[in-house]
Amino acid sequence: MQPAVEFRNISKAFGAVQANADVSFSIAKGSIHGVIGENGAGKSTLMSILYGYYNADSGQVLIDGQAQDIRTSNEAIALGIGMVHQHFMLVENMTVLDNVMLGNEGGFKLAAHRAGVEAKLREICERYRLDVDPLATVHDLSVGAQQRVEILKQIYRSANILILDEPTAVLTAQETASLFEILRLFKEQGKTIILITHKLQEIMEITDEVTVMRAGRVVGAVKTPETSKEQLANMMVGRPIQSELPRAPYNPGAEVLKVSNIQLKDANGVALLSDIDFTLRAGEVVAIAGVSGNGQSELLEILSGMRLPTSGKVEFLGRDLPYAGRANADGLPATFRKLGIGHVPEDRLRDGVIKDFSVMQNTVFGYQDHVKNRWGLFDFRKIAQRCAGLMQAFDVRPNNPDLRIGLLSGGNQQKVVIAREVAARPKMMLVGQPTRGVDIGTIESIHTQLLRLRDEGVAILLSSVELEEVRALADRILVMSGGRITGILPIDEFDTTRIGLLMGGLHKS
Amino acid sequence: MKKTELPRWATGFALPILNLLSALLVAGLVIHLLGESPSESLHILIDSAILDPEGLGYTLFYASTFIFAGLAVSIAMQAGLFNIGAEGQMYVGGLGLTLAVLAFDAHLPGWLMIPVAMIGAALFGALWSFLPGYLQAKRGSHVVVTTIMFNFIAASLMNYVILKMIPEGQQNPASRVFADSASLPLLNKIFPVFGDTPLNISFLLAIAALVVYGVIVWRSSWGYKLRATGLNTHAAHYAGVRIDRMIIVTMLASGALAGLGAVNSVMGSTHYLSLNFPAGAGFVGIAIALMGRQHPVGIFLSSVLFGALIQGGFDLSLEKPNIPQETFIFIQGLIILFCGAMENFYAPALLKLINLTRTSKEA
Amino acid sequence: MEDFHIASIVVSMIRNAPVLMFAAMAGLFAERSGVVDIGLEGKILASAFVSASVAYVTQNPWLGILAGVGVSSALAMVQAFVSITQKGNQLVCGIAINIAMSGLTFVLAQFFFHEGGRTPDLREARLFDVTLPGTELLSNIPFIGWLYGHVIGGQSVLVYLAFLLVPVVHWTIYHSRFGLRLRACGENPHAADAAGVSVERTRYLAMLVAGVLCSFSGAYLAIVQSGFFLRDMSAGAGYLALSTLVFGNWRPLHTVLGCLMFGLFGAIQIQLEGVELPVVGSIPGSLVQMIPYVVTVIVLAGLMAKSVAPKAIGKPFVKSR
Repeated sequence: MQPAVEFRNISKAFGAVQANADVSFSIAKGSIHGVIGENGAGKSTLMSILYGYYNADSGQVLIDGQAQDIRTSNEAIALGIGMVHQHFMLVENMTVLDNVMLGNEGGFKLAAHRAGVEAKLREICERYRLDVDPLATVHDLSVGAQQRVEILKQIYRSANILILDEPTAVLTAQETASLFEILRLFKEQGKTIILITHKLQEIMEITDEVTVMRAGRVVGAVKTPETSKEQLANMMVGRPIQSELPRAPYNPGAEVLKVSNIQLKDANGVALLSDIDFTLRAGEVVAIAGVSGNGQSELLEILSGMRLPTSGKVEFLGRDLPYAGRANADGLPATFRKLGIGHVPEDRLRDGVIKDFSVMQNTVFGYQDHVKNRWGLFDFRKIAQRCAGLMQAFDVRPNNPDLRIGLLSGGNQQKVVIAREVAARPKMMLVGQPTRGVDIGTIESIHTQLLRLRDEGVAILLSSVELEEVRALADRILVMSGGRITGILPIDEFDTTRIGLLMGGLHKS
Repeated sequence: MKKTELPRWATGFALPILNLLSALLVAGLVIHLLGESPSESLHILIDSAILDPEGLGYTLFYASTFIFAGLAVSIAMQAGLFNIGAEGQMYVGGLGLTLAVLAFDAHLPGWLMIPVAMIGAALFGALWSFLPGYLQAKRGSHVVVTTIMFNFIAASLMNYVILKMIPEGQQNPASRVFADSASLPLLNKIFPVFGDTPLNISFLLAIAALVVYGVIVWRSSWGYKLRATGLNTHAAHYAGVRIDRMIIVTMLASGALAGLGAVNSVMGSTHYLSLNFPAGAGFVGIAIALMGRQHPVGIFLSSVLFGALIQGGFDLSLEKPNIPQETFIFIQGLIILFCGAMENFYAPALLKLINLTRTSKEA
Repeated sequence: MEDFHIASIVVSMIRNAPVLMFAAMAGLFAERSGVVDIGLEGKILASAFVSASVAYVTQNPWLGILAGVGVSSALAMVQAFVSITQKGNQLVCGIAINIAMSGLTFVLAQFFFHEGGRTPDLREARLFDVTLPGTELLSNIPFIGWLYGHVIGGQSVLVYLAFLLVPVVHWTIYHSRFGLRLRACGENPHAADAAGVSVERTRYLAMLVAGVLCSFSGAYLAIVQSGFFLRDMSAGAGYLALSTLVFGNWRPLHTVLGCLMFGLFGAIQIQLEGVELPVVGSIPGSLVQMIPYVVTVIVLAGLMAKSVAPKAIGKPFVKSR
C-alpha cells in the first residue's frame, strides 16, 4: 500500500536559515504519525509545505504515491489534506455552523443551505464523538471545544490526512484524553493523522510511528512500540557542545531574588504560571530550560515589571517587589530598573529596541531619565562617549552610532541591548533567549559576556530553548513545562535525557 | 546590492516633495477645468503672497496661527495620536484669553496683560483637549472621534457664550473691543516694509515655539519617551514609560498649543472675540503636521506655504471669481490625502529607480 | 396643546432620521468589513451637491439621485484604494476626503450656478410627500388618522427607502453569503483568508455598498429636506452616524434606534426654542444643539453600554504567510 504522504529530499531555506535540509520520510496510510522536535527543528516548516503555505526549494511531496505540486492551501484541501493550526482560524463571534460555512456557503442565501450543513455536521460529530453543538457561538466554547471545531471543519471538507500542530499545548489533561479518543476513531475510519508535538508522553501514548527532527534534519524514524521516551529525548535534544567557556568556580553569594508562589492567569482564567517558587543568588547563572510557550516568557515579564502576577510575591534584595495595589504594570519597568534589575527581552524588536532610532539612541533606551541634566535635556557628548565605549567593548558592527538599529544584524542588535543593560550595573540580569536570531559567530561572544557578568557577582536568570546554551551557561537549571517548574538541578547533574523528559512535561519522579 | 528600504533622504525629502507636487497637480487640473490657467493663477499667487511686501506680511501673519496649529497636531502625532480637535481647542483657547482680557485689561499694563492672556488661552485650550486624552488613555475611546465631537460641542458652546458677551446695542456678534493693553505689538513698527498688516509678535512667538518644540522633542528625555511611545508602545512600556500619563500630558500640550494659536488673530488682529474666528485653522494644522512631517523646519515651511495659499488665494479670488477661497480648502484636503494617507504611494517606484541606477553604476 | 407638540416631534423625528440612517448603514458595511469610514461626511456633501445640481439642470430628482450615487461611490472607491490596496492610514484618508469635498463642492457650486456657493432652489424638481390612499377617509379618526396620514403616510419616498432598507441591511449582514464573509473579514481576516475568501475583494465591495448607501443621505438633505445644496450642509451627520454605530454596537437594528434617538433630539431642539421649562427656565438653542455630540462622547466613554467594535477594524490586512 502506498504511504499517505511521502517527503523526498525536501529542502527549504529562509534567507540564511536552513529550515529543512534534505528531509525524507514517509507516513503510512491509516496511521497516527508523530513528528517530534524542539523549536526550530523544522517541523512547522515541513507541514506548511505540505499544506501549501510555502513551496519547497527542492524535493518532492507525494500524496498516495503521486508527486504533487501543492501551491496553495486550496489545492491541499482538494487533495484531502486538512490542518488544525496552533492558533485557531475561527471567527469568535460567529456560530460553529457559520465558521464551517465560511467560504463554502453553497449559495447567496445562507438559509437555503444551513439546514443541510447542520445535519451533516451533527452526523460527523456523532460519528467521531466530537461533542460540539453546531449552533454554539465559538467564543462561548472552551479551548478544547474550539479545537474540535477546527477538526470538524477539516472533516467536513473531506480531509483524509489530518495535520495537528501542537494540539495539546492549550488543552487540559481531560481534553487531551478526549482528543486522543477522537484521533483513534479517525484511525479506525482509515484516516491518516500527523501529530506535531514536543511532548514525549503523548507520542508514546497515541502514535504508531515517530519521526524525530533536529536543526532541519531527520535524525530518527522509529516505530513507537520499539522505542522509549529516553531514546526519543536523546534524539530530540542531541549531544551538548563539548567546548567549555572559562568561568570562575561556582561560589554564589547572598540571596538576591526569592520567588514565592507566583500564579498567573490570563483574561479567560487559564493558568499561564502555577506555583512558581525558586531563589537566585549573586554570582550564579540560573537557566530556565523548556520549549517556548511553557511560561518562561511570562515569568520574565513579571520579574522585569512588564506584567503583574495574579498572586504571589517576589523579594528582591530583601524587599518585596511593588506589584501590590496596582491596576496594571504601567511604568513599573522603570521602578524595577532603578532597583537594579536589568532586562534583555526575548522579543528584541517588539520590546527591546526602537527600530527607527539610531544605535546611540538605543543605548539609553530604558535609561533615558538617568542621562538627563537638571533641565531634563540630554548631554549628547556624554551619551556619545558612553556609546562609543560600549560599541567598542562589545564589538558592535558596523561601528556607526548613528545608523538606525533596524539595519544592524540580529547579533549586533543584541550586543547593543546587552551592552546597554550591563552598563547600568544591575544587581540582577534577566535575559530572554540571549542568542535568538543571532549568528553563530556572535553567540560565543555573548556567552562570554554573560559569564563575565556572573564572575563579577551579578545574579543572572536566563531562559533559553537551546539546551546547548543552557549547558554552556548554567550553574543551576530550572526546567519549565506547562507553566510549572518541573525540575531544578545543578549543572553537574546535567543529563540530556532527564532534562528532555522534564521539558516534555514529565514531572520529576 | 539591492536596497529593500528607502534611504533617509528619500523618505525625508523626495517623497514629501513628490506628494506635494501630486496634490498641486490635481489642484492645477481642477483650476484648468474651472476655465482658468493654472500657471497664471500660480503667478498671481506668488506675486501677492511672497513678492509683494505687504502681501508677505499677511502671509506671515496667517502662518503664525498655522504654526501653532501645526505644532498642536504634530506633538500629538509624535505620540501616535491623531488630534482632529485643534479647531475646537483654538476656539475655546480664544475664550480663555478673552476672559482674562475682559477682567484685567483696564488694570494691567500691556507687558503683564499679554502674558496673562496667553496663559488663559493655553489653559483653556488644554482644558478642551484633556477629556479626549483622558478617555483615550483610561477607556480606549478613540481620540479621533472624541476630538471631532468636542469640535462641535465647542461650536455650540461658544455660540452661546459669545452671544451673551455682546455689549448693549452692538450688532456684531462679538465681545466688546479689547483695551489697548491687550493689543499685540505690530511688527511693522520694526519692519516698516510690511506696511499696514496685522503681522505681530505672535510670529516671533511662533518661531520661539518651534524652537522649544524642537529642543523638547529631540533633546529632552521626555521628548525621547514621547517619540518612543508613538513608534512602538510595547517597547516604550519596556523602557519604563508610563503610557497612560504620556497620552494625557501630550494631549494637554497639544490643546495648549492650539489655544495659543488663538492669540494671533484675537489679540493681534480683531481685538475682540468673534464667532468662528479660527475659520478652519485647526484643520489646516492637520495638513501642516502631515506635510511638514512633524519637524520644526517642515512645520515652518508648510505654515508659510499655507499662509501664502490663503493670502494669495484671497487676491486670486478677487481677480478670478471662478477660484474662490474655498478652492484652498480643497487643496488642503488634497495635501492631507497625498502627504498623509498616500505618503508611500511613490515609494515602490522610487525604490526601483534607486536600484536601477545602482545596478547601472555597478555594471 | 401638549399632544400637538408630541405629534410634531414624532413626525420631525421620522423626517430627521433618514440622513443619519443612510450614513450609518453605509458606515456599518464599511466598518463591519474592517475599514474605518471617517469619510462619510465628505461623501454626503459630494452627493448632496451633485444630486442637487443634476436635479436642477435636468429638472428630474431621480437623475439627481442617480448622479449622487455615482459620485459617492467613486469617492468610496478612492478610499478603498488608499485603505485596502495602498494600506494607508484610513483615518487620515477619511479626513482628507471630508476637507477636500467641503472645499470642492462650494467651488463647483459657485462655478456652475454663481449663487454664492449654493445650488438654485429645486422648486418642482424635489421629491414630495407621498399621500397614501385612504388618508382622506381616515383623517377623521382621532389617533389612527394622524398615524396613517402623517407618520406612516405623508413622507417622502426616500424616507420609506430608509426604513425599508433596515430589514434589507439586517438580512444581508446576517443571512447572506456576502454578509457572512463581510463579518469574517472584520473580525478575523486571517480566518476568512484561510477559508478561501478574498479579504481585499470583500472589503472593496463593502466600500462600494457604503458609497451607494451614503449617497442617499446627501440626496435626502438636498432634494428632500431643503431643495438645494448649501455649503457644509451635512453639519457633522457623517460623524454622528459613526457614533450611532458605537451606540448600536455595529448592529443594524440597534444602530437605527440610535439614529432615531438623534432624530428625536433634533426635533426636540426646535420645539425647545424659547420654551420656558420648570426650574431651568428656557434652554438656549445652542446648548440643545450640543446634546447629540455630548451623548456621543458619553457613549464612546463606554458609559452607556459595552460597545465592541469589529476586532480587525482599521488594520490593513497583510497575509501573514
